[in-house]
Amino acid sequence: MLLEFLERLFLRPGDTSRQQVKNRLKLVLAHDRTDISPESLEAMRKEILAVVSRYVELDTESMDFSLESSERATALIANLPISPGSPPTRRTSRCQFC
Amino acid sequence: MNRIIVVTSGKGGVGKTTTTANLGMALARRGRKVAVIDADFGLRNLDLLLGLENRVVYTAVDVLAGQCRLEQALVKDKRQPNLVLLPAAQNRTKDAVKPEQMKKIAGAMARVYEYILIDCPAGIEMGFQNAIAAAQEALIVTTPEISAVRDADRVVGLLEANNIKNIHLIINRIRPAMVQANDMMSVEDVREILAVPLIGVVPDDEKVIVSTNKGEPLVLAENPSLAGNAFDNIARRLEGEKVEFLDLTANNDGFFSRIKKVLNKKLF
Repeated sequence: MLLEFLERLFLRPGDTSRQQVKNRLKLVLAHDRTDISPESLEAMRKEILAVVSRYVELDTESMDFSLESSERATALIANLPISPGSPPTRRTSRCQFC
Repeated sequence: MNRIIVVTSGKGGVGKTTTTANLGMALARRGRKVAVIDADFGLRNLDLLLGLENRVVYTAVDVLAGQCRLEQALVKDKRQPNLVLLPAAQNRTKDAVKPEQMKKIAGAMARVYEYILIDCPAGIEMGFQNAIAAAQEALIVTTPEISAVRDADRVVGLLEANNIKNIHLIINRIRPAMVQANDMMSVEDVREILAVPLIGVVPDDEKVIVSTNKGEPLVLAENPSLAGNAFDNIARRLEGEKVEFLDLTANNDGFFSRIKKVLNKKLF
């Protein structure tokens, strides 16, 4: 418990081969379990980005779009940082859920 | 309550047959009537690990072809009267065993034996589907390596798709010193990633090779090695006993490892 915390403090995460293998496994299992083809995933990513970009300007450099898996359930994690101080590019009509 | 348990893995060479031989023997020594079935058709190995290769006359394929009765094909263990083996054919016949036939054989044996352990072929080919057809429970064997764990995960999915819900995990060939050096996934890492309940942890042990050479399962040894104890503990857990998992921390009781132990204590 405490040791893990200290290790996180002193070791850069991903430093050890144990941490590396866990990260690689989690990623590959997330893909195995969903069985979405890379093409579909890429198409989905583009569509989601297109939708979000209609409302805000995204910082495309630091975007993160990935599948993550835990306890046999998989989630799609999209981390889309918004460019600082950017006015929304093109605001269409208000979204019906807002 | 007779149990049909399949011993599976995704990747080959992770210790399925060793596990089947040792669990079968350990359960038989505890007074259970046990049958082990070698379902790895075309690659017969279970008889070798049990040292029974010279006693094989008929195989499962002969039984299905009607060339002998089931009782004739069963090989009685020479050391342990409670244990029998149904060998696999060594040459793959063109009409391999079908799932229905496997069910029939395992069903017939389950009327006589309390435990039926089925040693599965590796992977997810047809042979695997045949082997799991009759099972109600599964043990998944994996080593703490990326490819073995990935393939094990595939098999968990397949077992669940085949309505085998009672699945337990055996992590084999763990090397405690490497885990402590953060160069190997720990038991907890693998368990968490696969999200399957754990039933056994077996350390990497040279004695396994010696036992294979002799055809004598580890659990038979006078002074069982760590791995032998681990297999015996799995048998006890199958029987419903609560048995603590072996403490596999490398036994260097130096200053740092003691500090580590203190720091590793769960805080709440």
